[in-house]
Formats: sequence, C-alpha cells, structure tokens
Amino acid sequence: MMHDTMKSALREPLLKVENLVVEYSVGGKTVHAVSGVSLEVALGETLGLVGESGCGKSTLGRAVLQLRRPASGRVVFDGHDLVAMHGDTLRQMRRRVQLIFQDPIASLNPRRRIGDIVAEPLVIAGVKARAERERRVREVLSAVGLDPDLVMARLPNEFSGGQCQRISIARALILNPEFIICDEPVSALDVSIRAQILNLLEEMKSRYGLTLLFIAHDLAVVKAVSDRVAVMYLGRLCEVGPSEQLFARPAHPYTALLIEAIPHPDPDVRPSESVPIGEPPSPISPPSGCRFRTRCPRADQRCADEVPELVAIAPGQLVACHHPLAE
Amino acid sequence: MTAPALLSVEGVSVDLPTPRGNLRAVDQVDLRIGPGQTLGIVGESGCGKTMLSRAILQLLPKKAKLSGRVRFDGQDLTRLGAEPLRKLRGRELAVVFQDPMTSLNPVLTIGSQLIETLQEHLEFDTATATRRSVELLAAVGIPAPEQRLKQYPHQLSGGMRQRVAIAIALSCEPKLLIADEPTTALDATIQAQILDLLAREQRRRHMAMIIITHDLGVVAGRTDEVAVMYAGRVVERAPTPLLFKKMQMPYTEALLAAIPKIDAAPHTPLPAISGRPPDPTRPIHGCAFSPRCRYAMSDCHQQKPVLANAAWPDHQYACFHPINAAAVSA
Repeated sequence: MMHDTMKSALREPLLKVENLVVEYSVGGKTVHAVSGVSLEVALGETLGLVGESGCGKSTLGRAVLQLRRPASGRVVFDGHDLVAMHGDTLRQMRRRVQLIFQDPIASLNPRRRIGDIVAEPLVIAGVKARAERERRVREVLSAVGLDPDLVMARLPNEFSGGQCQRISIARALILNPEFIICDEPVSALDVSIRAQILNLLEEMKSRYGLTLLFIAHDLAVVKAVSDRVAVMYLGRLCEVGPSEQLFARPAHPYTALLIEAIPHPDPDVRPSESVPIGEPPSPISPPSGCRFRTRCPRADQRCADEVPELVAIAPGQLVACHHPLAE
Repeated sequence: MTAPALLSVEGVSVDLPTPRGNLRAVDQVDLRIGPGQTLGIVGESGCGKTMLSRAILQLLPKKAKLSGRVRFDGQDLTRLGAEPLRKLRGRELAVVFQDPMTSLNPVLTIGSQLIETLQEHLEFDTATATRRSVELLAAVGIPAPEQRLKQYPHQLSGGMRQRVAIAIALSCEPKLLIADEPTTALDATIQAQILDLLAREQRRRHMAMIIITHDLGVVAGRTDEVAVMYAGRVVERAPTPLLFKKMQMPYTEALLAAIPKIDAAPHTPLPAISGRPPDPTRPIHGCAFSPRCRYAMSDCHQQKPVLANAAWPDHQYACFHPINAAAVSA
C-alpha cells in the first residue's frame, strides 16, 4: 500500500485542480460555491468527493469540465489547462472526460430511442459510418448489462431508474473516455439497484482503465468505491486522505460528524444523539475563518480569525483545521 | 405486544386501475401497533409501503379500491365519513411526508399554518395559538421561532421545512404519527437530527409512530417492530432486535447485505440483488421474490408462501426456504 502511494506521488496526476474558485450570482448576490479548492486525481484512481447539499461539490465537478467557468484557478487535465481552452480544443478535451448525472431519467431525452441516445456522442464526434456507430452502441450496451436487441429501439420511459442509469453509463463510455465524473450517480436509486450500479461502475473502471471522480453525499457509498476521499464543506475542502485511514482516524470534526451521522443497520448500535443541531450557513455569506466553525464543538476565536490551510497530518492525509482531532 | 392495539390494519388490499390493467399495490396486509410503539415499514420503491400509509390515512387516490379494515382507536376508518375523518387527521392521526412541501402551503406563512391548525383542531384563541406555535417551533429545534412565524416555506432550508412539517404534525398531540420517508430528501447530518427529534418527541408524548423507509439502517436503532414489504405484501415481520438477529426471509437478508458498510474495505463488491421488483400489473405465480432469490427452488415459482408464524413467538415470514434452513441444507 505504501508502495502504491509512493508510485502515485512520483507520477503526474491525470487531473490537477489548483486553487479553483467558482462564484455565481443569484438575485444580485454572489454565491461563493467553490472557494479555493485544490485536489489531484492520479491515473487509475477513484477520488470520492463528499459533502452535503450546497457544499459546492457538484459545481466543482462541472467546473472541471468547464461547464461552469471558474473565476480563477486552474484545471489541469493530462498536462493541459482546461480553463485556458476554448471552442474546438476544449471540445476535443471534453471527449476524454465524461459526466454521469444523479437523475438518470431526466438526463435522457424522453423522445429519442435508446440506440440514438447512446450513439449521440459519436455523431457529435463526427463518426459518420452508421455501421461503426451501431457496433459501438451494441458493445457498450452489452458492457453495462443490457441486451442491445431488446433496448435499442425503445424509449427511456420504458425503463426503470436503475436501467436508465445503465444507459447513461453506456453513453458516457462510448467515446472511450479516460476520466468520468460521477455526480451522485446512485442517490436516486433503491438500495438493491444502487448496489448493482456501484458494482457496474467498479467493473467498467477496471475493464476500460478509467479514472473516476465520484461525487456523493453518502459517506458509506463513497467509501465503497474510493481509494481516497475528499470532504468538502461550504466551498472548501476540510480533509483529504486514503479512504480507510480517513474513516478510521478522521482529523476534521466535520468528517467525524459525517461518519457519526451514518445510520447503522444494526439494532445493537444505538443511534448517538450527539449530532449537534444546526445546518450549513448560506454560501452567500459564509462565516469568516473556518467555514465549519459555526457548527463545530471545538471552535474558538482563532477559527473565526484565520482560515485554516490544508496541511499534512499523517501520510497522505491532509486536514484544514486549527484543532484537529488527534489520538 | 399484548396491549390493545391503537391501530390495526386487517386484510387491507389496495387496487388501482391503470391503462395496463389492475395494479394491486397492497395485497392482504395485516399490521398492528400499540400506543407509544414504533413500527418500521421497510421496502423499495413500488413495494406498496406508501400506498399502505395512504390507506391507513384514508388518503388514497379517488380511483383506488380499498378492501379490508383499518381500526384506529376503536373506530373503523374505512366506514368513517369525510367530516369525522378530516377532524381525526391532523388531530389524532398525523403525517409527515418525504417532501415537506407536500403538507406546507407555499403562499401562507409558517405562523398562519401552525396557528390555523391549532385554532381549527383545538379551538385555541389567537394569542394562545401563537404562544403554542412558538413553543412548538422551539421544540423541533428551530432557532428564533418568533421570527420564523412570519416567514414563508421557501425562505427555509429543506431540513428546516421538515422541522416545521413535524411541528404542525405534533401540534395537536396526535396518538399516531406516520412518517413517510421523512429524511430521504435530507443530508446525512440533517437526517440524524430529524430522526433524533422524532424519537425525542415520541418519547415525550407517548405517541405511536410508523416510520416508512427504504433504509434498514434507519429502522435498526429506532423502532420496536419492523415489517418488510415486497410487491405489496408483508413478507417478514418481527420485533426489531429479533428481525436483525434471526431474519428468515431471503429478501430481508439481501436488502441488508446490499447496504454499503462503513467498516468494509473500499472496492469490496456489494452483494447486489439481481434483477428488479416484478411488474405489479402482471399476476405473480409463486413467491414474488423468487426470480431474484438465490435460495429459490421449483416450489417457490409455483406456489405463493403465506405469512406464517415462526417456531418462536412474535416472528412471521412468508418463505418456503427460510435462510436458516437453507444454510443447514447448503
């Protein structure tokens, strides 16, 4: 394991996000959605990005693809800064990075046949030969566990949520991307179907040699698929670290709170009632200093005055906290 | 379990006409819950759990056909007229939905909705109702309750709206609260807070509660009894600790196994349930779970197992080849 960590440290990461800032205005007010986030995803790695609604995790995912242009910062993919790219060059790069959305049904055009939906990226990419397109569509549909002969001529409304998510994954795979951003890919799905889709993503990852950014609010789901996990709160990263280490020894009080909030499917584990009341403040006027301080049991004056920097606390584990949990 | 039931659901079925034929959403369900008890109803989308709660509340779609009895506090709700039912709901029988906006009126302030409920059901005067509203908002953990009274639902976060919906549901001290996926739309930390809130208020008021959820994790530490539903039927039912220790129904086991475990190593493949729930408009031969069940044998595809008592008390399941027996023969 140590060996792997060293190898990836020596290698240039496939994706490098540097000091990314994304802001937008709502009703004349500025929403500080992402406020200076830096992270790296190594080739072949899955980085989980976890946080509650409104923490900016989806905005970050979209900003990586330049679907939302950042106010400042860099997004370096395979050595190229996407922020500096426009038009055709950006479009070429985007083929290498695909996105899977939360709502599998809403992300498919209800009036088009499955075969056409999955083939669309090929059409846009200029693959003219119909036979070639059909061959590729059949290949990816089979890969995601659907029978091409049964599904290609049908419309999205004939499929369940889990099957629509399989179709979305097939569409994301058809251009042979290297990197896939999964934005809450299973949170709209039932427990049994969720497990199927998580397993499918893992299978596709090894089969096609993919690198994944896996965005979700459910910590247990994130842990199931991620090599490393980044925890985000109100536009900033709180903590980054190898999955097992982060869950075993969370250093940021927010990470610890998220872990504590997971319901245990075991009646002998009494739910702790220590989860403090309170919700994230608005990203329109985030608290000064550490943004988590208004909900943090350890907060003091320093937390209000100084923004904590992400610093190493253990091998591979970084935390942005003035009073990290240490044992 | 010997205490007289506050609510007893007796042989309840719900049929819905659809363009593709009759849909049996709830199939011959029997349930009972005593005063102050908590029952968890667990199942996936389309298993009939929400339709069952609507049947209890007598809030079914107009076209739906209900059969069976719903006895609540000595009355058969299926025979009650519209007016007595309306008085009962909100007062003795309250509900909290997944989306708080289902029960909140977007064009009325939080205050007027709470005050109106109190005036309507308890005949409070405005001053008393206002004072009680502030107390209720404070009890459900809403900061600055006096100011919140003047706000509209859209000015609150999802978690705060759910707290308001709970405050309204609790306002008339109901005997039974039905919480239908009360935390599914909420974030993890907010989910824990809302479940704690419901548990605390329930203890304080000695209120009975039905928690409807797809997540066995939600019911594990928070219910006295669990009923697992599949394809419109209750397929296993037991006191919560017994269910988790001695589950018999392969579906219950599969549902539990499919939850990602926080202590499992990353990249551990999840034991997913293959396939998907059956189409409820098509008649099912045999056990509805049999096409997805890894223990299924030929009899499972032909005959429908009934919900029957286990060899020990308080536990019922509908399976020809329960897990323990399967483990022995395997």
